[in-house]
Amino acid sequence: MATILEESGFNPGADLKIVGTNPVKHDGLDKVLGRAKFGADVYLPGMLYGKIVRSPHAHAKIKSIDISEAIKIPGVKAVITAADFPELPQGSGWGDMSRTTIAHEKVLFDGHPVAAIAAISEQVAKRASKFIKVDYEVLPHVIEVEDAIAEDAPILHEYMRTKGDETAPDVPTNICEKMVSKVGDIDSGFALADYIVENDFDSKPMHQGYIEPQGCIADYSQDGLVELWTCTQAPFVYRDRLSAILKIDAAKINVQQSELGGGFGGKTGFYAEPLAILLSKKANAPVKMTLTRTEVFRGTGPVSGTKSRIKMGCKKNGKIVAAEAELYFQTGPYTGSMYFNAPNAMFTRYDLPNIYIEAYEVVSNRPKVNSFRAPCVPQIVFGVEGLVDDMAKKIGMDPIDFRLKNAAIEGHTTIYGDTWGPVGFVETLEAAKATEHYKTPVKSGEGRGVSCGFWFNRGGETASSMTLAPDGTVTISTGTADVAGSRISIAMMAAEELGIDVDKVRVKMADTNSLGFNRVTAGSRTTFSVGMVVVDNARKCIAELCRRAANEWGVAEEEVKFENGEVKPASSNVGNFIPMSISDITSKTTMTNGAIVSSSSMNVTGAGPGFGVHIVDVKVDEGTGRVDVLRWTVVQDAGKAIHPLQVEGQLQGAAIQGMGWALNEEYIYTQEGKLDNPGFLDYRMPVASDAPMIDCKIVEVPNPLHPFGLRGVGEVPVVPTMAAVGNAITDALGIRPTSLPMSPPKLLDLIENRNTSSS
Amino acid sequence: MDQVRYTAPDTLDAAIALLSDDKADSTIFAGGTDVMVQLHSDLIEPEVIVNVKNIPELTGIKETEGVYTIGAATPIAELQEHRGFCKTWPGVIDGAELIGSVQVKGRSTMVGNLCNASPAADSVPPSIAAGAIVNIAGPDGKRVAAVEDIVLGPRKTSLKKGEIIVSMTFPARSLHSGDAYLRLTPRTEMDIAIVGAAVNLTLDDKGICTAARVALGAVAPKFLLVQECADALIGTKVGKNALDALGKAASNAANPITDKRGTKEYRVKTISVMARRAAERAVKRAREN
Amino acid sequence: MSKAHVTTTVNGDEYEFLCEPQQSLVTVLRDELRLSGTKEGCSTGDCGACSVMMDDRLVCSCLVLAVETDGKHIETIEGMGTAEDLHPLQRRFLEINGLQCGICTPGILIAAKALLKKNPNPSETEIRFWLAGNLCRCTGYDKIIRSVQAAAEDMRKAK
Repeated sequence: MATILEESGFNPGADLKIVGTNPVKHDGLDKVLGRAKFGADVYLPGMLYGKIVRSPHAHAKIKSIDISEAIKIPGVKAVITAADFPELPQGSGWGDMSRTTIAHEKVLFDGHPVAAIAAISEQVAKRASKFIKVDYEVLPHVIEVEDAIAEDAPILHEYMRTKGDETAPDVPTNICEKMVSKVGDIDSGFALADYIVENDFDSKPMHQGYIEPQGCIADYSQDGLVELWTCTQAPFVYRDRLSAILKIDAAKINVQQSELGGGFGGKTGFYAEPLAILLSKKANAPVKMTLTRTEVFRGTGPVSGTKSRIKMGCKKNGKIVAAEAELYFQTGPYTGSMYFNAPNAMFTRYDLPNIYIEAYEVVSNRPKVNSFRAPCVPQIVFGVEGLVDDMAKKIGMDPIDFRLKNAAIEGHTTIYGDTWGPVGFVETLEAAKATEHYKTPVKSGEGRGVSCGFWFNRGGETASSMTLAPDGTVTISTGTADVAGSRISIAMMAAEELGIDVDKVRVKMADTNSLGFNRVTAGSRTTFSVGMVVVDNARKCIAELCRRAANEWGVAEEEVKFENGEVKPASSNVGNFIPMSISDITSKTTMTNGAIVSSSSMNVTGAGPGFGVHIVDVKVDEGTGRVDVLRWTVVQDAGKAIHPLQVEGQLQGAAIQGMGWALNEEYIYTQEGKLDNPGFLDYRMPVASDAPMIDCKIVEVPNPLHPFGLRGVGEVPVVPTMAAVGNAITDALGIRPTSLPMSPPKLLDLIENRNTSSS
Repeated sequence: MDQVRYTAPDTLDAAIALLSDDKADSTIFAGGTDVMVQLHSDLIEPEVIVNVKNIPELTGIKETEGVYTIGAATPIAELQEHRGFCKTWPGVIDGAELIGSVQVKGRSTMVGNLCNASPAADSVPPSIAAGAIVNIAGPDGKRVAAVEDIVLGPRKTSLKKGEIIVSMTFPARSLHSGDAYLRLTPRTEMDIAIVGAAVNLTLDDKGICTAARVALGAVAPKFLLVQECADALIGTKVGKNALDALGKAASNAANPITDKRGTKEYRVKTISVMARRAAERAVKRAREN
Repeated sequence: MSKAHVTTTVNGDEYEFLCEPQQSLVTVLRDELRLSGTKEGCSTGDCGACSVMMDDRLVCSCLVLAVETDGKHIETIEGMGTAEDLHPLQRRFLEINGLQCGICTPGILIAAKALLKKNPNPSETEIRFWLAGNLCRCTGYDKIIRSVQAAAEDMRKAK
């Protein structure tokens, strides 16, 4: 029998009753009542409070750490340092991860943990932290990419050589990786071009900005079992990584995801958890550890800052013939920035015959970067879509028409080797062109920008189980973390498949003991992948329901069918049997083969790419460089919107995250390499009064490899955002900003340059 | 900070005694929106927290013959609800409104905003422009000071040990007067001013400016009350030339630093723009009165 | 160091607790009274996740000393409604999907309730500026504003 991955059962003409509607989210009630339990909302008997002691230096050797005074403080139950961690070699994957968690030989960023304390109260832990004595040998530090790659740059790791660059000399470097991607022949490509545009762009690191700081509680029992409650996007990944760096068997670690107060990729890697676990072991009590907002900024992973040089060429008729890029990405002190997404995605949506990209990953004295939605791509697309607009303008072509002229369609083979099935880029562009927003003329004094983007969307290892209770209600356990309330969409797909009310289905985030490995919630994979396994589960349960009914009726399995929540004879020839509902069957399972359950674990494939187009109107105050964003429309192909309001929520949230990144969000460092703005006052995320309403248009070009045709939507909508704002500002000012964020002082400088050069 | 004591005296004398005590370092706790942050980040480490919100002299808004006196412990939210004050001093309200969110304004006070002594504080330039004074009580008795004489530099005031500001008094308003405060921030709310400008002026029957006070914030270690800015307006109808002169004078007076919120150059340029716009708004209000 | 003994009313119930003088109200609400619906997002009054009502004033509980709540009335999200009797704001947030991860939701509901008490017919701009002290990173604010507008209309009609 074909698996669901081989035959999804997608039926474009299906009469869907639940999928496509907007039932109230199952997690919603607890959230509006304040009952939902997030990372910091659990309290255990005998619980201690954990506190991290952090480096005040951006780069320093640790000569010694003296904890002897700290452990004497009354109420302190345990103090740990790197000495409590298993030995793992420098320069290895696990060794790097252990050193990110706590500094071993060196501290590599302002805020790098050096010790942790567990005490009977936060106050005692805080007091004790002042008694941890660290003897540092301060070293010169380096923050920005251009400084890190300079000839005489301070080196972070003597052992580091550039992976992927055979020509690089055998000397220590801060460039950890190089990647080259090509399609066709770039030189002949440019030779064909009638117009060539080129520019240098740069972006600063930004933070995911989740409102919930990391919070966890670890309970290391006397028999060596670890229970961990934490806000994570990746319970199974955490478990396996904790197992590796703490050298504890995976089966002895149980990770339970709490409700997640925002992640956006920032909670795909742990910070407090290994420390809380070791403290709990040493203190023989549960340890709760929450990060303060200052710690979140100083110590958790931001998004890569970048430098890029991009060059593109097109013919008079608008066809892009060549695209070239040299890209640099900050990764913090260790590799792992997912920079390879940029070469794979930056031009992907256009059918380009000649591409050449060199991408570099660079270490520097900043916290290790973590993912954000579409890691490493939106800040590069800022440049690409700017140049696309420049080309359209040179030719005098409408910006959307120019993109339509180059749009890739079904059958396109990408730079990373995939060949596409049905995709909706053209449809998304056309829908954007047809929006009220696009058809409304730009007001005088304002500017309009259009931009578009792509995301691969992922599948990956996913597992879930389904149980049918005697009363016919359905419990689903999933292990792919719910970050925005995706469990309602999962329930809807199950309910649709089973022909029952969505209120009869409940989805629970299971702990890691209960299920097979689930990949991280990332790559816009959750609704797609979990939907796949859950529908698979539903089909397996349906098969079993049919089997039991057939058995009871004494007919063959092929002679019954399942429809609208009931098993019935396949035709009147089979016999005059009264249809049986799910509960008719499940209430008798004591007398049949036992409870009806199903389990599904697979490496989900077939995720379909997504595309988005954003239209933004802005007004720039030429006296100060301040930007007001006045109107925003997001158009995106969702394949099939399971829960349209949820999909809209993803689009709108992404738009405003992108707006913040475009205009004001950046990390600011002092001369000493210390973070100068580790708080919401000076790390400027958009507030309600900054944002306009965001109109959404969901396009549906189904992905037939999914039972309901859906495509992931979480990351696509961030990709075009900064470019859309940048293109709007360019339209308003007549001069293009190339540096992110496009903050008022930078724009004022641009305006003055424009005024002096034109006078 | 772990040995800190808390006390809430209900008389002014008791508060002064606590604040004058040489043996214990105390901090005044009114709105607390600055003190709490500083306390928890160990920027301040007092031995005693003195909650002054129960002291009668520090509460309430009183008006006598057009003269407003605001108790030092009055939350901004209460001030915003006082129709009379809002009508008389909209420029001061412009500033007070920008101190922070609704939640912060539910607690923070004008006097706290002043005594925290950040040169970017939003309620201070318009209070200076208004000619407000503060009523101080201390171990040596009572005294009065102009608001512009309180902040000596970042986090430094001219208050002596044991002194506490009891209230802020705003003078009576003449006819055809208007005030305004504008600040420059990248977001629409929740930011600290990059620069701030307050203008308070009075026009005669013919629309000519007869009096003006211009106060600038966030462009120097202390607040600037700039006579040259006032002179640019006095005797004029506050037209383009006067506003240009005002803007130039503001840029000349500015002596800002470069910090995470703005560069020196950016502040010098934009204070001119904000001063002009504040003057335009003040004039509009004056004409309506 | 001795603790302070405080008696305060939270959601109509009288509570007595001991706290250290420098502890904030949000810490005590959560860690002593185990009312964890109020969230701590920043501890500096910049995110609004800790919003509560104190004597009918909207405040950030991270900026209030627990010890000074003696004799006062506090309202938190736990007092706002029940499943059978949701506040119109809660109902509309669910219907219109004005929440995703939900961490900012308690603070926003408390703040929006305070707004509608003061101004039953706020404009979009008034809602946005009132809620400027409540950060949300998931929704982009659009559906939050629409939920508040719809609830405001429900409440006006009910009068």
